[in-house]
Amino acid sequence: MNTDYSKTDTGSHLDKVASDILRPVRINKAFLAWMTFLAVALALCLYAYSTQLRKGLIVTGLRDYTSWGMYISNFVFFVATSLVGMLISSVFGLGGARWIKPIARIAEIIAVGFAAVAGLVIISDMGRPERLPYVFMYGRVQSPILWDVTVVTTYFVLSLLLWFFPMIPDLAIAKTRMQGRPAFLVKAYGLLSFKWTHHPEQYKLLFRAVRILLILVIPTAFAIHTVTSWLFAVTLRAGWDSTIFGPYFISGAFVSGTSALIIAMFFFSKNYKLEKYIGPEQFDKIGKVLILVSALYVYFNLNEFLVPAYKMKKFDAIHLHELFAGREALLFWSIQLFGLLIPGVILLVKKMRRPVPMVIIASVVFVASWLKRMIIVVPPQGHPFLPMQNVPHQWMVYTPTITECAVTMAAFLLVIIIVTVLSKLFPVVPIWEMAEESEKESIEEVKQM
Amino acid sequence: MSDEKEKKEEEKTEIERLLESSRREFIKKAGITGAAVLAGAAAIYSGFRHEKEKNPGNMVKALTPDNRLVEIPADQVKGYKPGPGVYTLRGREGIKGKKWVMVIDLARCRNARKCIAACQGAHHLRPYEYHINTLIMQESENTPPYYMPKPCQHCDNPPCVSVCPVDATFKRQDGPVLIDNQRCIGCRFCMAACPYSARMFHWQEPKDAVADAGLTYNIELNVPQKRGTISKCLFSSDRLREGLLPYCVSACPNGVYWFGDENEDAVTNGTTKETVSFRELLKKNGGYRLMPELGTKPRVYYLPPKNRLFDVDESDLKNQDKSV
Repeated sequence: MNTDYSKTDTGSHLDKVASDILRPVRINKAFLAWMTFLAVALALCLYAYSTQLRKGLIVTGLRDYTSWGMYISNFVFFVATSLVGMLISSVFGLGGARWIKPIARIAEIIAVGFAAVAGLVIISDMGRPERLPYVFMYGRVQSPILWDVTVVTTYFVLSLLLWFFPMIPDLAIAKTRMQGRPAFLVKAYGLLSFKWTHHPEQYKLLFRAVRILLILVIPTAFAIHTVTSWLFAVTLRAGWDSTIFGPYFISGAFVSGTSALIIAMFFFSKNYKLEKYIGPEQFDKIGKVLILVSALYVYFNLNEFLVPAYKMKKFDAIHLHELFAGREALLFWSIQLFGLLIPGVILLVKKMRRPVPMVIIASVVFVASWLKRMIIVVPPQGHPFLPMQNVPHQWMVYTPTITECAVTMAAFLLVIIIVTVLSKLFPVVPIWEMAEESEKESIEEVKQM
Repeated sequence: MSDEKEKKEEEKTEIERLLESSRREFIKKAGITGAAVLAGAAAIYSGFRHEKEKNPGNMVKALTPDNRLVEIPADQVKGYKPGPGVYTLRGREGIKGKKWVMVIDLARCRNARKCIAACQGAHHLRPYEYHINTLIMQESENTPPYYMPKPCQHCDNPPCVSVCPVDATFKRQDGPVLIDNQRCIGCRFCMAACPYSARMFHWQEPKDAVADAGLTYNIELNVPQKRGTISKCLFSSDRLREGLLPYCVSACPNGVYWFGDENEDAVTNGTTKETVSFRELLKKNGGYRLMPELGTKPRVYYLPPKNRLFDVDESDLKNQDKSV
């Protein structure tokens, strides 16, 4: 058989892909306006934090009984959402799925952003943030906080490397195609591409390094969220005292992370005009992933609630009554239905796994996932073993304050800033991998001719 | 010339002679004085030694920081105020050989709340900031309500101490669980871990923050209190060091509290000052601990509210969920 490979000239594929993907990589007015908006909003929210620093945590709705609230819930949510980097790159990537190639880097950006800010969120909850170094100076290994600090830091570093390493060839490709971009960016590309020459030996090393990272990040990701769940599970409180908290949190993390990824995919494919790369196939497949992880989470919810509900031990019963029929019932059932069951069912319909319906569903799931963390963290503190008496009413019922919401908003703004910078100044879709894919496709087309 | 020279020499020798004589005189006088002084000093010293040997009553006994009993002459004793380092060092170590224990007799409590007031006064707390709080308990519908003072249980297996990331809260050899507010980072993991809701947090500037600003931090009293840190019942460790009963125990007008040393098997009632056998007291009255199924092993024991002296006031019951 005589195949004409001339139509599959590598250079032309690369040129096309590189120009598509590098088009949004520039500092334009829209980017500057967006960053200014983010910076101003962040400054306003940081002002709220400064009042907390001056007056103490009294400016929050937290008191002696409910002493962990929105900040800790948000911390759990951030750690959870960052897990999507591992899910996409390692679980599906090592499994050989080719459809994840255009979105793997977005997943890593989400992982880096949320993991980095999770550490700051926990500092915002501290009564004496200036004593943070004490954790390293006087750290005690038996405290789960030490484990959390260790693994979250490790996960952040691994995710950052997993974002950066596969991008080195891209930077080398891009540095000669950066006409009209600021000089500092071109220089940065030159430096960060480390004299990459596309030598096969370099690729071999890169593949090996990335593979090692992909394997290492799996136990680390499981560790960060398992340990985060243990912050609650190691206590004696009804509602937290659960042996399945580790997997319960991990499966929930996949739900919130996947929904965040879908929102980001939608945004980048539309705004950066990358529909050709982040296309119907990616949305269809990630929709199926959301069904899978939602089903897994439903399973763990069933275990977490049905088993104690069957026995109705004294304090478990109080907790479950609160959730099923009491003060938290509306929120609890809304989250379970609209944030988990209904989206999972809707997505079974193929028509719904298209960008627009998907981003709507994912947004609902994302918000519900955040609220779910609140309902895991807050209610178990509202009914301690011994009655709450002789304290002001405000001390018994937790109501988040505006200051608290603003500080939480600051955390989200920081994540958006990190994601914006990483996605706007660097190619958000891997150029060399896409060129390779497009080359393979055209070879297959030629073969079929 | 030579005459003149001779004359000069004569003059010189004259002066020299004069000088010589005065020097001799001086040595002679100095020698006598020196001898006298020496003799006097020797006499005084021997007298002093004699006095010292003759009169050992002027000695005082003192306990060194490493727990040795020594004697020091009374006139050499100086007042000593321990610095913050010493407070923290001895406060973290505790009092050797002791195992403090508290027994709360629920039959005698009528919610006078004198214990709470004394505690809040000693620790500079607001009326709604509790190291000890008296709760109205009711186990089930048909069982009668009763008052239950609830200090920190000073668990022998304290969940709060396990989770502390910086060793700010710790268990002492003599039983109490203390908090070092100079170490606490304010993460509140200990509050989440405590099943007895025994801990409080300084959400705002402590009540006496301004007045206490100059005080040396005493870890056994946890004063001055500090914003952004945990505070809790300390079994009044500062009082125990002085050989006194805890603030709450001494303040109770109704004989609710017994406090003492498990090793000595003796507890003293804070109101009547009667001392009885700790084990006998528990045995006779069916003593128990709160939520023993949690495995926390509290050092606070309760005597059941049997043959109660006072009934729960209905108005107290109604007020229990309202603000104070």
